[in-house]
Amino acid sequence: MSVIADPIIDPKRALRAARIAEFKSFARRFARNPLGMVGLIIVIALLVCAALAPILATHDPYLPALSDRLAAPGAEYWFGADELGRDIYSRIIFGSRLTLLIVALVIVTSAPVGLVIGAIAGNYGGWVDRIFMRITDVFLAIPKLLLALAFVAALGPGIVNAALAITLTAWPPYARLARAEALIVRNSDYVNAIRLAGASDFHIIVYHIMPMCLSSVIVRMTFDMAGIILTAAGLGFIGLGAQPPLPEWGAMISTGRKFIFDQWWVATVPGFAIFIVSLGFNLLGDAMRDLLDPHLRQRR
Amino acid sequence: MNAPVHPALRIIFGIASWLLTVAITLLGLAALTFFIGRVLPIDPVLKIVGEKASPEVYQRVFLELGLDKPLWQQFWEYITKILRGDFGTSFSTTRPVLTDLLNFFPATLELSTLGLLLGVVLGVPMGVASAYWHEKWPDHLIRIVGLIGYSVPIFWLGLVGLFVFYYRLGWVSGPGQLDVFFVGVVDRWTGSILIDSALQGEWEIFFNAISHMTLPTILLGYYSLAYISRMTRSVMLDQLTREYVLTARLKGASEFRVVMGHALRNAAIPLVTVIALSYGGLLEGSVLIETIFSWPGIGNYIYSSLFAADMNAVLGGTLLVGVVFVFLNMLSDVLYRTLDPRSR
Repeated sequence: MSVIADPIIDPKRALRAARIAEFKSFARRFARNPLGMVGLIIVIALLVCAALAPILATHDPYLPALSDRLAAPGAEYWFGADELGRDIYSRIIFGSRLTLLIVALVIVTSAPVGLVIGAIAGNYGGWVDRIFMRITDVFLAIPKLLLALAFVAALGPGIVNAALAITLTAWPPYARLARAEALIVRNSDYVNAIRLAGASDFHIIVYHIMPMCLSSVIVRMTFDMAGIILTAAGLGFIGLGAQPPLPEWGAMISTGRKFIFDQWWVATVPGFAIFIVSLGFNLLGDAMRDLLDPHLRQRR
Repeated sequence: MNAPVHPALRIIFGIASWLLTVAITLLGLAALTFFIGRVLPIDPVLKIVGEKASPEVYQRVFLELGLDKPLWQQFWEYITKILRGDFGTSFSTTRPVLTDLLNFFPATLELSTLGLLLGVVLGVPMGVASAYWHEKWPDHLIRIVGLIGYSVPIFWLGLVGLFVFYYRLGWVSGPGQLDVFFVGVVDRWTGSILIDSALQGEWEIFFNAISHMTLPTILLGYYSLAYISRMTRSVMLDQLTREYVLTARLKGASEFRVVMGHALRNAAIPLVTVIALSYGGLLEGSVLIETIFSWPGIGNYIYSSLFAADMNAVLGGTLLVGVVFVFLNMLSDVLYRTLDPRSR
């Protein structure tokens, strides 16, 4: 891309070149943030673990070996074995898939729902806005973990129900974000222009309001992922998340709880996994916010 | 609002609209628990009569619970019952849920209040230091401490803490509120074990209780410290760049006076909001902590009710914590408005 495209002759190519340049400068600034890089590496490692789980694991995560019950960490079982003699290392590797599954389920449901509600509320204003925001406030005012807990208790435990319950508590911040952006965008000149040109509300919301929310939503999502992982682990620990024999990290801590004093590794190691992964998302979120947040960006 | 409005009238308007907001939020909360309890696919009748009940018994209980009535009427009855303090009966303890909740709530309140105190006493100075030495090593250190607090699963930290400080080192007592032989010795006056034992002069029990609650309190304190120090930092960073700080420095005020006397005083107002909010977060965090430490509070009650499939108790507990949560939110709002002269 050494030739700079003439934006008038070839607008598409110029746009693409500008995007690539923007991305490059973004990547360069990101690389200067050491903590952000650590976060990125952790998240990539999680993705690699999930993708290559069968190759990375040394044992079958479900196959009991009763002669090796609660074996201490060593050459055979790197992180020890659990109460059924299953290799904890392999279970953690496979557990990364469950963690990612829950996070993905919650994010792909809660962010769009929140975005749509917020964008509609902000775009129409008036009583639509008031009703939607009142509903949002009610959900925001309720303790998240408890609501999720009560919801799963009624629906029945399970990984999908847990994700559903977390979604129920996770969408309101997105609605707030989208509404705030929509209120600004709604009265801007270019939206008025496109409205005069005959664009429908649907068109304005989808093509003009939602894209404006993206950068704040991405920052919010990265932070949220850490919170989702912790809530999901909490539900798993209580026994309402993934059910045995699934190697969900929170549930693994819960079974290891009985052996905490004599076989500490059963509960401790999965906790480290949760901690490191959620730390990774938090670090990444911090770095992303520094780079993407329009308010912070102006200050530099 | 061009016409001059009498100040008293404006205050009344303000209070009225605020009360309306609280009422609507609480109604929404009740609607949620109602929805969870009634509309979701569990059969409340089967839960009472059991699988093997005859159709006549089933039908009788069905009518007794009012399940034949339209949904809005059921909801209305639910609301009026709640307003009368009737949360239903707990299947597992066979007592009214409200009695149980009032029984267990003081213990939760005690633990989370102490946790909050710890979080404020440590978190605010940490946040101030972090903002003062912005981007220097104290800032990095404090931010990392906070970040770990954000990322660590608190129930796991509780288990590890028990393993290290109770089992290995023996510095603190294990799960429970008191050693077994002390349980039931102190009469219940306020429900707070520290206050009760101190008032009754049972100092041995007092110190035993302290040794039991040290670890959970520190954990909850750490949990709130992470949030409080982060928010203090961002508020203080904003204040320290203001011009009045420069003015104070120019007229020769000491650095301590500039930071503590000028900047922190201005930061205090948003911080009150932050602290009220983190109190709500602690009430929730104590659910998991209480189950780890067998602390006889609301969290433990909800947890054990879950396994008895005792939805009345679970929803009652959720509702209670939710109401406290809503009130803390509202309180922080009111405090902000009354403390900040600009928003009056």
